[in-house]
Amino acid sequence: MNDSIHKLKTLDVRKTYGSVVALDAASIEMHEGEFLTLLGPSGSGKTTLLMAIAGLNDPDSGEIWIDGKLATYLPPFKRDLGMVFQNYALFPHMTIFDNIAFPLRMRKMDRAAIRKEVMRVLEIVQLAHVAERFPSELSGGQQQRIALARCFVYQPSIILMDEPLGALDKKLRDALQREIKHLHENLGITVLYVTHDQEEAMVMSDRICVMNDARVDQIGTPDELYFRPSTIFAADFLGESNLFDAEVLEVRSDSILMRGPAGMTVQGASNGSVRTGERVKFMIRPESVDTGNGEGSDNSAEGTLKEVMITGQVTRYYVELADGTEMVSTQLTRGGIGGIETGGPINLGWSKARTVVLAENVGGAS
Amino acid sequence: MSATPQQVSAALSGAIKRPRRWGGLLSISPALLFLGFFFLYPVVLLLGLSLVDNSGALSAQHYVHLFEKAVYVKVLLITLKIAGWTTVFAILAGYPIAYLLSTVKGSTRNSLVIWVLMPFWTSFLVRTFAWIVLLGRHGALNELLLALGFVDAPVRLIFNFTGVMIGMVHALMPLCVLTMLSVMENIDRNLMSAASTLGARGGQSFWRVYFPLSIPGVAAGGMLVFITSLGFFITPALLGGARDTMIVQVIIFQIQEVLNWGFAGAIAMLLLVAVLLIFSLYDQLLGLSTLSGETTQGRKKGPIGRAGQWLGGHLVATLGLVCEQAGILMDKLVPRNAARPRRAWGRITLWVSALSVIGFLCIPALFVIPVSFTEEGFLGWPPKGFSLQWYEEVLNSPAWAIAATRSFGVATASALLGMLIGVPAAFFLVRRQFVGKAALFAFLVSPIIMPNIIIAVALFYLYAKMSLVGTNIGLILGHTVLAIPYVVITVMAILKNYDHRLDQAAWTLGANKWHTLIRITLPLLSGGLIASFMFAFIISFDELTIALFVTGGEVTTLPKQMWDDALMRVSPALAAVATLLLAFMSCFILASEFIRRRGARK
Repeated sequence: MNDSIHKLKTLDVRKTYGSVVALDAASIEMHEGEFLTLLGPSGSGKTTLLMAIAGLNDPDSGEIWIDGKLATYLPPFKRDLGMVFQNYALFPHMTIFDNIAFPLRMRKMDRAAIRKEVMRVLEIVQLAHVAERFPSELSGGQQQRIALARCFVYQPSIILMDEPLGALDKKLRDALQREIKHLHENLGITVLYVTHDQEEAMVMSDRICVMNDARVDQIGTPDELYFRPSTIFAADFLGESNLFDAEVLEVRSDSILMRGPAGMTVQGASNGSVRTGERVKFMIRPESVDTGNGEGSDNSAEGTLKEVMITGQVTRYYVELADGTEMVSTQLTRGGIGGIETGGPINLGWSKARTVVLAENVGGAS
Repeated sequence: MSATPQQVSAALSGAIKRPRRWGGLLSISPALLFLGFFFLYPVVLLLGLSLVDNSGALSAQHYVHLFEKAVYVKVLLITLKIAGWTTVFAILAGYPIAYLLSTVKGSTRNSLVIWVLMPFWTSFLVRTFAWIVLLGRHGALNELLLALGFVDAPVRLIFNFTGVMIGMVHALMPLCVLTMLSVMENIDRNLMSAASTLGARGGQSFWRVYFPLSIPGVAAGGMLVFITSLGFFITPALLGGARDTMIVQVIIFQIQEVLNWGFAGAIAMLLLVAVLLIFSLYDQLLGLSTLSGETTQGRKKGPIGRAGQWLGGHLVATLGLVCEQAGILMDKLVPRNAARPRRAWGRITLWVSALSVIGFLCIPALFVIPVSFTEEGFLGWPPKGFSLQWYEEVLNSPAWAIAATRSFGVATASALLGMLIGVPAAFFLVRRQFVGKAALFAFLVSPIIMPNIIIAVALFYLYAKMSLVGTNIGLILGHTVLAIPYVVITVMAILKNYDHRLDQAAWTLGANKWHTLIRITLPLLSGGLIASFMFAFIISFDELTIALFVTGGEVTTLPKQMWDDALMRVSPALAAVATLLLAFMSCFILASEFIRRRGARK
């Protein structure tokens, strides 16, 4: 059976709660050692899918394959998965040692081996000194590392993580993101990660599965999703974007010619599916929009500089086009751009390769 | 040194000097004074009587007498045995209900709780008589068993230990369920999910994770049931045999028949010492703070606590292992199919067992309704014909009308007085930090822990000196003593969840403390305040022990009228009264629920 090449595979998994469809025909595949992130706004079905994979809810229909074996309605304790919960779910009445020893005891390992294994993973997360403490005596970051250790200790075939860093502050989150990433690389584990934080998803994942409205919207590498999103939702949800309505004037061999806002003609990257006359949207990342004279660019637009905002490393320029549409350009902060002042005219330019053409009907209704 | 004009004006407006907080003292002192005089003082007085002989000189004669005769120690042991078994059964039967309630969604829970509380709504006297009729030699249960052919001769179900158990477990289980529920509600459901993803079967995750976390609730519930059962006398008197005499019955005998106050005081002391010993044991094992639902993780434990923990750890590990093996066996009998969901047998079993226990809780209440319409002159099953004669008799009888009016008035007055005293005290306890807070809280709620009979006898003794025996005032004051702890506990519970920043917001918007209290705090707390009023009202409305003593046989309340009536003759008129009470209580609770929900929607 060719399913065995996948570590995890879901096929058209559907779950409803009463009349609410929480998950609709979700199909994903994961390879051994892969880090896949389910990314989406709340209510997009990402946690429902994770729970179905963990065996914590029974799907209405569809199939779940783990390690080449059908596991759709297998109880969680027979799936050999690891799961890290958002609020850590450490057992408050057990010491850290007992918490980490729990899965090993459930697997009837002998005492000496349990001690050795627990201390080994405590060393990995650098918390060997807290073994005899209770979870409530640990900080949030330490608790999360213990929750991770409790997962690694029995070497499950896949580790599921449900917004594990959601409750931590930014600095700690950044540190733990790297830590999880390193553990993933060093231990070669397969991780299915859930988050609504797109930056976190970009930093950590091999591939990202964007979810919207109970469906899988698009799956791809961070690079693909960022520069070549295939749906309007993915383009809008991931990173910042300038998104405009347009009409296809001509489909060429290497580009697409469109009429965009303020009547300007725009060249976009090829997209196999659109036809002449079709209503589409096109998207350009703000950092792909140059300010200046617009010469040498495939596309250019004139507008009025409305606002300049320095956000740290980058400066954002808000430009109003002739018909009132707003376009944003971000540049590395260097201080001043060629003497243009707010309220003055400004030229924008961008390449056709960075202009992503998105058909209106793709995504959500596929 | 001269003050600048700014400093002078600041001093005048009170901005420099830290104002003294007399408000705090004002809010706590009524509760202290009231309980000091109507609870602590008479109890100390009564216990003091046990230390002196008839001439008033210090003497141990009562205690010598107490331990001289084996009978009193034996009665104490019987009392402890009955209370112990009641606790065990209340926990065993109540745990599945509490567990179920903690896992179902809000609306289902609310309607189930109403049924669980059914015994609270029916007067305990009526319940007891319902059991007599249901369990008697020719009672409904025996008739049913004979008809079904399960037994050949009627089974003896009352006037023995079984009868006492049925009556007491029935009366006290709701208390146990609600206490356990308050802890179980706060157990994170994710922990069970986590245990199962870590490889634990249902049985293992229940015994190793859920059960240990629910222990504080079990202990607190069991503790309340145990302490309350120590003070029981109506149920053992009516449903038990001669060998099921409890200690309170002996105290009553000493007061009413022998008039030996000193000896009654000595027995009361014995009871009190037993209660305190159990409390300190509980404190060693789990800590008294768990009684208010607080967690005690990381708390340093004494040797008894550590031994208990060690034993408990091995117990849950063993139980977990046993259940795991059962689960594995079950999987062999009914193999799991990964392609199809399996029926949740555990869940079904839980519902069936919980619903049958709820059925047990509701039977007596539902039983009295048909019986009240009988044409016959005695309480029998099944009721014959249909008539309203018993309702006519009750409604036309001046005795019942007077008793009902008095009960209603007394309950309203003592609930109001209890709130007037208890609400400020609760505010004080929640909002102020001071040394001895735990002790103060313990004092305010101690009337719950003190067996009611001791309060009743002590008040009788005090009232005799103040010629308050047989007055409405005396009754109201006595019931207020019992109402205050309930008011304090319920109001403290809602205040803990009250967002203090709302008050602060009102202050910054220019409201003074009084306006903030009237326009912000109290309206937001109205739901909880109504609940605590209801609680206090029902406590008084259904109270018999204090009424029995301080009325001195001159005035009567509904429960006392029922008690007197029942001692003379068990007639269907009692069932009619009970049905009327049930209807009244239902309206009362539904009305307050309606008000609460309307308040919550605002």
